[in-house]
Amino acid sequence: MDETTRDSKPGGLTNEQVRHIAVLARLGLTEDEIEVLRVQLSTILAHVDQLTELDTEAIPPTAQVIALHDVTAPDVPTPSFDPEEMLANAPDREGSYFKVRSILGYET
Amino acid sequence: MRPDTSSLPDASLTNLRSLLDTGWISARELTDSHLDRVAEADGPLNAYLRVTADLAREQADRADERLAAGESGPLLGIPMALKDVLSTKGVETTCGSEILRGYVPVYDATVYEKLRDAGAILLGKLNMDEFAMGSSTENSAFGPTANPWDVTTVPGGSSGGSSCAVAAREAVFTLGSDTGGSVRQPASFCGVVGLKPTYGRVSRFGLIAFASSLDQIGPFARTVADAAAVLGVIAGRDPRDSTSAPVEVSDYVGALTSDLEGVRVGVPREYFEVEGIEPGVERAVRGAVEQLRALGATLVDVSLPSTTYALSTYYIIAPAEASSNLSRYDGVKYGYRSAVEGDLVQTYMATRQYGFGPEVKRRIMLGTYTLSAGYYDAYYLKAQKVRTLIKDEFDRAFERCDVIATPTSPTVAFKLGERTADPLAMYLSDLFTIPASMAGIPGVSVPCGFSDGLPVGLQLLGRAFDEATPLRAAHAYEQSCDWYTRKPA
Repeated sequence: MDETTRDSKPGGLTNEQVRHIAVLARLGLTEDEIEVLRVQLSTILAHVDQLTELDTEAIPPTAQVIALHDVTAPDVPTPSFDPEEMLANAPDREGSYFKVRSILGYET
Repeated sequence: MRPDTSSLPDASLTNLRSLLDTGWISARELTDSHLDRVAEADGPLNAYLRVTADLAREQADRADERLAAGESGPLLGIPMALKDVLSTKGVETTCGSEILRGYVPVYDATVYEKLRDAGAILLGKLNMDEFAMGSSTENSAFGPTANPWDVTTVPGGSSGGSSCAVAAREAVFTLGSDTGGSVRQPASFCGVVGLKPTYGRVSRFGLIAFASSLDQIGPFARTVADAAAVLGVIAGRDPRDSTSAPVEVSDYVGALTSDLEGVRVGVPREYFEVEGIEPGVERAVRGAVEQLRALGATLVDVSLPSTTYALSTYYIIAPAEASSNLSRYDGVKYGYRSAVEGDLVQTYMATRQYGFGPEVKRRIMLGTYTLSAGYYDAYYLKAQKVRTLIKDEFDRAFERCDVIATPTSPTVAFKLGERTADPLAMYLSDLFTIPASMAGIPGVSVPCGFSDGLPVGLQLLGRAFDEATPLRAAHAYEQSCDWYTRKPA
């Protein structure tokens, strides 16, 4: 659990919490967006809090609705995509690699 | 005498089938008449994000060769269009998002592969709420789509381009996707037929993911028989989607009847006693239910008490799944990438800040919050438990009836801009479609009249994998009225 979320109650978010969630979501936001989202998310969360009216202690959760479990497929090799085709959409590349900025040493 | 080809876009799939099979018209003529229609009508509507005219003509010529060789099939030579959430190899697919502008898939969605094999012709890709998140098609990065019945109103959403194109005669049929009502609600708003099949009925391979436990692909058409014919082609198990079910695909068109003898229609009071339901909508739908009785159906009172909780359940589960699915848009392998200075995480954050619109950001934030440490049990797990209650209630109701009849949406099409500032008001538009999505069961919306000059939809729900019964009820109803013959000016 995280410091910024632990002590808050669902329903009324702080700007600090909104900022924290945005970092978890890797989503850049302007200060104006943070303020709008704080209000809107708080309103939506207050609405969905109606679920606490229901006693679901003994109810099992439903993750998906069809009765399929452990679907397997025969392990048959099939042709893969051509690397040039896959790289055609890349914003940046070097040779047959996707090129990105440095990964180590970042701060958020 | 040959028919005037400019009126071809008005014909139903069933009528076009015989014109094509007898050689009265060619697929090329039919395709050209639709391309002309799109060029002439789509400017103010904005249903199409891109028109694939050259590809369509090529596919039409191939369909004509197959027809000349004596081949036939339900969709051979029929021009159609796809919501831009469906992957089309070599044809830009944006999902209505800036982050996918210019993205060209390297493979086809299974549904497109099946349609193409069946000889259907791709006219183009259709507008939608960004990543299928919305109820009005106003969340598209490429401008809103208008409702052809009144261009100052919305076409519904998220598949608003798909419903608009069918209503405006810009395609014989289209495909959309339905996560919480995104096929049925826009069908209702635009006065056309829209079908959400059972979860698992149609392969999701190549459907760009929003909420994976809910997403399902479905057809729009001007008649129930046309929608049934399309379902027959796109349904079935697909090894590339492990959640597609190995359940036999029945003859949906063959199962249509003109009467409803022996069919029990459940009428859930919770769908009629809702605050905010427009009197004109309630009147039209109650009239339609009476008509079902006149056709031989037995009406049964049923109760679905968890209906009022379904919206909250949906707005926890769908954003949670979306926040996870949309983490793939990081600007590395495809799509937009920000040129911001800094390290990789800064690239991610700036890419997503610019690439996503407000509703997508809102849902990513909501989903990330409800899945975050300390809140999972209170929100996501709780919602999954309520989902069980909703599903169990439908199971119990279907012990006493074969079809459930409800309004598709509490209102007719609302004005462009009316609800964009209030996310909750927008979400309420899906109040009646969400419960069936949570239960995974099939539902069809069929036109059942007008309120304030705008179309009203009757929603008919069925048991899991029994699309045939709601389609039968919808067809019998449709053919006993003349709503389906009305068209926007």
